[in-house]
Amino acid sequence: MDIHFTPEQLAFRDEVREFLKQELPADIAAKVKLGKHMAKEDHERWQKILSAKGWYAPGWPVEHGGTDWGPVEKHIFDEESAAYGAPRLVPFGVNMVAPVIIKFGSEEQKRHYLPRILSGEDWWCQGYSEPGAGSDLASLKTRAVRDGDHYIVNGQKTWTTLGQHANWIFCLVRTDPEAQQQRGISFLLIDMATPGITVRPIYTLDGDHEVNEVFFDDVKVPVENLVGEENKGWTCAKYLLTHERTGLAGIGASKAAMRHLKRVATKQQKNGKPLIEDTLFRTQIAEVEMELMAAEMSTLRIVAAASEGGVPGAESSILKVQGTEIRQAITNLLRKALGPYALPFLPEELDYEYDGDVLLEDYSPALASSYFNMRKLSIFGGSNEIQKNIVSKMILEL
Amino acid sequence: MDFKLTEEQQMLQETAERLVRDAYTFTKREHASKSEAGFSTEFWKQLGELGLTAIPFPEELGGFGGSGIENMLIMQELGKGICLEPFMESVILAGGLITQLGSEAQKEELLAGIASGELQAAVALDELHSHYDLSHVTTTATQQGSDWVLNGRKGVVIGGHTAGKILVSARNAGDTCDQQGISLFIVDPNSAGVTRRTYATVDGRKGCELFLDNAKGELLGTAGGAYDAISYQAGRAIAALCAEAVGAMRVLCDITLDYLKTRKQFGVVIGKFQVLQHRMVDMVSALERATSMAILAACLADDEDSAERSAKLSAAKFMVNRAARYVAEESIQLHGGIAMTWEYSGAHYAKRLVMISHQLGDDDHHLEAYAAQLSA
Ligand SMILES: Cc1cc2nc3c(=O)[nH]c(=O)nc-3n(C[C@H](O)[C@H](O)[C@H](O)COP(=O)(O)OP(=O)(O)OC[C@H]3O[C@@H](n4cnc5c(N)ncnc54)[C@H](O)[C@@H]3O)c2cc1C
Repeated sequence: MDIHFTPEQLAFRDEVREFLKQELPADIAAKVKLGKHMAKEDHERWQKILSAKGWYAPGWPVEHGGTDWGPVEKHIFDEESAAYGAPRLVPFGVNMVAPVIIKFGSEEQKRHYLPRILSGEDWWCQGYSEPGAGSDLASLKTRAVRDGDHYIVNGQKTWTTLGQHANWIFCLVRTDPEAQQQRGISFLLIDMATPGITVRPIYTLDGDHEVNEVFFDDVKVPVENLVGEENKGWTCAKYLLTHERTGLAGIGASKAAMRHLKRVATKQQKNGKPLIEDTLFRTQIAEVEMELMAAEMSTLRIVAAASEGGVPGAESSILKVQGTEIRQAITNLLRKALGPYALPFLPEELDYEYDGDVLLEDYSPALASSYFNMRKLSIFGGSNEIQKNIVSKMILEL
Repeated sequence: MDFKLTEEQQMLQETAERLVRDAYTFTKREHASKSEAGFSTEFWKQLGELGLTAIPFPEELGGFGGSGIENMLIMQELGKGICLEPFMESVILAGGLITQLGSEAQKEELLAGIASGELQAAVALDELHSHYDLSHVTTTATQQGSDWVLNGRKGVVIGGHTAGKILVSARNAGDTCDQQGISLFIVDPNSAGVTRRTYATVDGRKGCELFLDNAKGELLGTAGGAYDAISYQAGRAIAALCAEAVGAMRVLCDITLDYLKTRKQFGVVIGKFQVLQHRMVDMVSALERATSMAILAACLADDEDSAERSAKLSAAKFMVNRAARYVAEESIQLHGGIAMTWEYSGAHYAKRLVMISHQLGDDDHHLEAYAAQLSA
C-alpha cells in the first residue's frame, strides 16, 4: 500500500500545473476564487483554451477528441484545476450528453454533435426535472408524440441550470404513456431555437439567475434527434446519473474552498486577533479539514479501484453525501467568519467590473449568498436522502 | 411558577397577531423590502397607532410599562410575518438605552417620539473588526468645549438609513477593548460630518454604514461609563431576537409540515417517508427547545443586571441561533428545489433565521460567554 503518486503521475501533475499557470486567465481565476459572477463568455473563453490543448474532454475516447488519461490522471487534472481557480466546467454538454451520445448515439449523431461540443458551438442544458417529477424522475409527464418524421413535444421542464445560455437541451420525454413508468421514456435532443419553446427565469434565494423553467408547446423535433431506441431513454438516463454522481463529491472544489476559508479567517478579526488564531473557530476549521481528508482518501481509493477496472458503485453515493456536507460546512464557516458583516447584501459587488467602494473586502459579498446557494448541493444530482436510499438498497440490501 | 399569559397579555398577542396577519402578505413584504425605506412605513405607523411601540416604556413616560414578556409576544408575531420594521432596534434597544441613561430632558425629547413610532431610532454598536464584542470600540469621542466630536466608522446599523436619531458607541478613554471609556452619543444623521452608505441585507431589510468625520454627538449618560448599560440593553434585545426567531421558526415548521403532507413523489406524499418524518420531528423539537429558551430570556430580560442574567441570556441566544439555523437548513432540504427559490416564502424565513445569529452574537460568541462563567 502506498498513498503516493508515481513519478509519472507527479510529472503529469507538474505538466498540468504549468499549463494552468500559463493559460488560466487571471481574471477568470479571480472571479472563481472570490465568488464573483461568471459571464457566459468566461466559461466559453476557458473552454476554448482547454479545447486548444486537447484537454476539454478528458473523459472521451481519443478518437472523438478525448485523452488517454486514466482515472488517476483525470483526478489530478480536476484537483489542480480547482486549486488554481479554474471554473468548474458546465457539465451538461461535455460530461453529460456527450457520454450518452458516445455510448448510445448513432454514428451520425456522434459526427454531428461531438465536434460542436468541443468547439463550444453548442451550449447544452439538462431537461430532466419537472414540477411534479424531482426525486421521482420516472414520473415525468412531458409528452412526445410521433407525427411522421417528427415528434411533437408538449410539457414543462424546470430547474434547468443555465438554460438561458443554452442553444440545445437534452430531454427525457414520455413516448409511451401506457407502458410502466420507466419503460415509456425516451431521450431526445432539442434545438432551443425551435418554435414553441419558452424559457423563463427562476431566481434563487440568493437573488441569482441560475435556473429556469422551460415550456414546450407543440414543439416539432425531428425523429433523428432521438438517442438510442424509443422508450429506452431510461437506460441513457441511468447511465448519465452514475456519471454525474462521481463528480458531485467536489473534493477539489472543497479543498479550494478550505484554502479560501483559511485566507478569509486570516483577514477577519475577533478579539483583536485574526479569526484563525481564535481557538473556537480554529477548532471548527480543523474538524472540517479532517472530514475533508477522509473524503479525499475515499476518493483516491475509488479512483485507484477504477484504474484497476473497478466500476464505482454505491460508494459514489456515500461520497456524494459526505462531499456535499463538507462543502456546506465550509460555506457555513465562511459566512460565520464575517460576523455582523454577513448581513449586507451587495450583489453589485459580485460584479467583477464593479469599481465603487468595497464595503468590507473583495471576498465578503459572496459569502452569505454562497452559503444559501450551496444548499442546492444536497438537493440536486439525486438528493442526499435518495443517495442514502441507494446505499441502503444496493450495499446494505435493506 | 406560571406559564400562562394574563388577559392583557393575551389581548396584546392577539392584537399583534391580527395586525401582522392583515398587513403582511408575501407580496406586500416584497414590495416593502424593495422600497426606499426597506420596510413598510405604513405598517410602522400602525404599530404606533395601536400602541405597540409604546409597550415597553414606563407609564410615566407615556408607555404601558411592559416587560420582557410583552416584548416577546410582539416580537414573536413580528417573527411570524418576518416583518422588516426595526422594532427591536428602535423601540427595545434605542428606547431602552435612552430610558436607562438619558437625562430627564433627553427622555422627554426622544421617548415620546419613539413610543409613538414618530421617531424611528437606530443603534450603532458594531465596527469593522468588533465581531460582536460590544467593548471593541475604536470610534473616538473628544470633547471640544461643550461639544463632543466623533470620528470613526460604525458598521451594519440596521434601520440606520431611515433613522431620525442614531445612538453611537464611541471611546473617550482607554484601549480598544476596554469596557471603561465607552460612551454613548445621540447623533443626528443629517448633521455635518455624518455620511451613510445604505444597503439591503440578506434577509430583505436595510441598514447602513455610518461614517463619522468630526460629527457632533450629544452625550447620553456619563462619559466613559456606558458599557454596562449597552450590555444590559443588548440583553433585552437578545431576548427580543430569540422571540422573533421562535415566531419565524414556528411558521417555517408549519410551512414545511404542510409541504410534507401535500408534495407527492413515488406515488405518495413525501411525509410518508420515515426519514423525513424523523427530520420533521427533530425540527419541531428544536423549535420547542428554542421556545423554552426564548421564554427564559423574556422572563430575565428586565431583571436587574447580574452575571447570572447575562449567562442565561447567552445560553438562550446560543440555543436559539442553533435551532434557527437547523430549522432553516432542514426546511430547505425537506422541500427540495422549491425552497431554493426567491418566490417561495419559506426561503425568506430561512434567510432571516440564519441572519438573526449575525445580530448581537452568533453561537460561538455566546458559547464562549457562557463557558467563561461556568463554575465547577
Ligand atoms: C439549483 C438547482 C439546479 C438544478 N439543475 C437542474 C438541471 O439543470 N436539470 C434538471 O433536470 N434538474 C435540475 N435540478 C433539479 C434537481 O435534480 C431536483 O431538485 C432534485 O431531483 C430533487 O427534486 P425536487 O426538488 O422536486 O424535490 P422532491 O423530489 O420533491 O424532494 C423533496 C424532499 O423529499 C425527499 N425525498 C423524495 N423522495 C424520497 C424518498 N423516496 N425517501 C426519502 N426522501 C425522499 C427529498 O430528498 C427532499 O428532501 C436542479 C435543482 C436545483 C435546486
